[in-house]
Amino acid sequence: MSAPIEPMQGSAPMVEIRDLNTRFGAAVVHENVSLAVRPGEIFALVGASGCGKSTLLRETIVLQPPQSGSIRVFGLEVIGLSDRDALPLRRRWGVMFERGALFSSLTVLENVGMVLREHTQLGERLIDEIAALKVALTGLPPDACAKYPSELSGGMRKRAALARALALDPELLFLDEPTAGLDPLSASGIDVLIRHLKESLGLTIMLVTHDLDLLWRTADRVAVMGESRILGIGTMEELSRSEHPLIREYFYGPRGRAAREQAWKRK
Amino acid sequence: MALSRASESPAAVQLVPREAGAELRCAGAWVVHSIAGLERRLDAIEWPAAGSLVIDASAVDAMDTSGAWVLQRTVRALRARGREVELRGMRPAFEALLQLVTERSAAAAPAAPQAPGALFRIGGATVEALRSALGLVAFLGEAALVLGRSLAQPRRIRWRAILHNLQSAGYEALPITGLLSFLMGVVIAYQGAEQLARFGANIYIADLVGLSMARELSPLLTAIIVAGRSGSAYAAQIGTMKVTEEIDALRTIGVVPMELLVLPKMLALVIALPLLTVYTDVMGVFGGMVMASAQVGVGFGAFIDRLEHAMTLSSYLTGIGKTPVFAVIVALVGCYQGFQATGSADSVGRQTTVSVVQSIFLVIVSDALFSIAFSRFHL
Repeated sequence: MSAPIEPMQGSAPMVEIRDLNTRFGAAVVHENVSLAVRPGEIFALVGASGCGKSTLLRETIVLQPPQSGSIRVFGLEVIGLSDRDALPLRRRWGVMFERGALFSSLTVLENVGMVLREHTQLGERLIDEIAALKVALTGLPPDACAKYPSELSGGMRKRAALARALALDPELLFLDEPTAGLDPLSASGIDVLIRHLKESLGLTIMLVTHDLDLLWRTADRVAVMGESRILGIGTMEELSRSEHPLIREYFYGPRGRAAREQAWKRK
Repeated sequence: MALSRASESPAAVQLVPREAGAELRCAGAWVVHSIAGLERRLDAIEWPAAGSLVIDASAVDAMDTSGAWVLQRTVRALRARGREVELRGMRPAFEALLQLVTERSAAAAPAAPQAPGALFRIGGATVEALRSALGLVAFLGEAALVLGRSLAQPRRIRWRAILHNLQSAGYEALPITGLLSFLMGVVIAYQGAEQLARFGANIYIADLVGLSMARELSPLLTAIIVAGRSGSAYAAQIGTMKVTEEIDALRTIGVVPMELLVLPKMLALVIALPLLTVYTDVMGVFGGMVMASAQVGVGFGAFIDRLEHAMTLSSYLTGIGKTPVFAVIVALVGCYQGFQATGSADSVGRQTTVSVVQSIFLVIVSDALFSIAFSRFHL
């Protein structure tokens, strides 16, 4: 790697956001938002639609700048980085977008291989093999490799997008709504997959979701967003004991209760 | 992910001969960014012909799935040749990674299917071309049916959409078609004037410009511009609607897509293209007039006098008469190719290109057929 990357201390946060403020015109999206994602955990951002979760994710992966504050990833400030300066960081993290964002003119294998072709000097055959391995890691059948994204079902497309996010063996994975638009069976398949990948590859994962089942099953810690702020951060057990009315509404609505009971039953 | 990033020395291998075999010493970071070249070095290793092999990985200080894969495929290739391979000194974390890769790679299949041969491709392309031609004819038939139904119940004709299309395909095309036909008139007059001046037949410049513009150039030029401007827009619009399932949505709420999307475009173009052609006739002749007066001294008055004798009504009408056919071709091909889009942004782009190429091709072919027919009937 060309750019120097300063070594990280063992327990320094992978992502650290401090006093973040974002406004779109008059609308305040984030007001003094602070949070930290620790190495090796699955950190989930939840909250009602339009509360700024996805915006926070986009700001963290340097797709749009906030008004003020600080976002440090791997200990480095990312706000205001140009695409060129962000590249060494981007090579160390993987992103999976809500609708997959697979390149429609490429097959699944080419989608994954493209990242490797762009950033490594590996031979063509080895790239294809590694790409096929990534596809297999996400649980897709081998014949999916030769298919185009339009020929895949929603769940398979998410897995293919995940395979592309994993192409460079990132340390940090950002997932935007990994289970949105999936049937319960595919969604729980994704739950298991995320957990499995985290454990077998030692990934740190930051994800945005609406899916309460996913939270109970996979998240180590959860931040609830609302009213442009972080309402609470903690494990699901801690949050479900929270007295905050908005958090209670979130976890004790009819769907929240069902997901919680499911989670208890499993234990 | 790299389990340790502290030192990223490139991955290295070294073969050390031992009694009855050899030992492969692996070192460095076996991660995706530092294994470039490792593949070649591994391929180049000359394994001893007999004896047991040991792979010592105790000096590997980082490993990710890509590195594990390279190690795994090496071991697998050796074992496939019937060699005994012992892996030694792996850290537990790397061991687990290798285990994962071994499990999963069993599922990873051979990648690319075989590329088809030339004969296969020619056959496929032929079938595809025939199918596309057949599809276009079927589409024409369907459009005619829907048109017939709409004419029987004029209430179902979407006048508002027709007016909208008249504006976008007709009125908004006036500047570009006008300018280009003016320039075309200038060019023809300029080229012709030199030849005619040699014979002192300057005045026949009016015949040359008037006849060539009215009979051939202006209808053709206008149709080609409209194919590029509007035909492509039709294909892109319908193609995008197809990809985003809007066409299916129309069907489910009981609107015939053909009636809403195709007929208004076709009717509007059948009205707009002849009108545009009249306009380009005028602009082309005007361009010729300007050039004639500047180049060979044929004034506007003399030019128009001569034009009256040179051009019969029939030569004017044969030009205009072709344009509704061109209009149907451009609208049908554009819409048809739009409906052929499937699934992706890529395919919308491809179909749009195909629509322009195909409609220009068909316009020129039909123009040639018209020429033959007209000369048969001495028009």
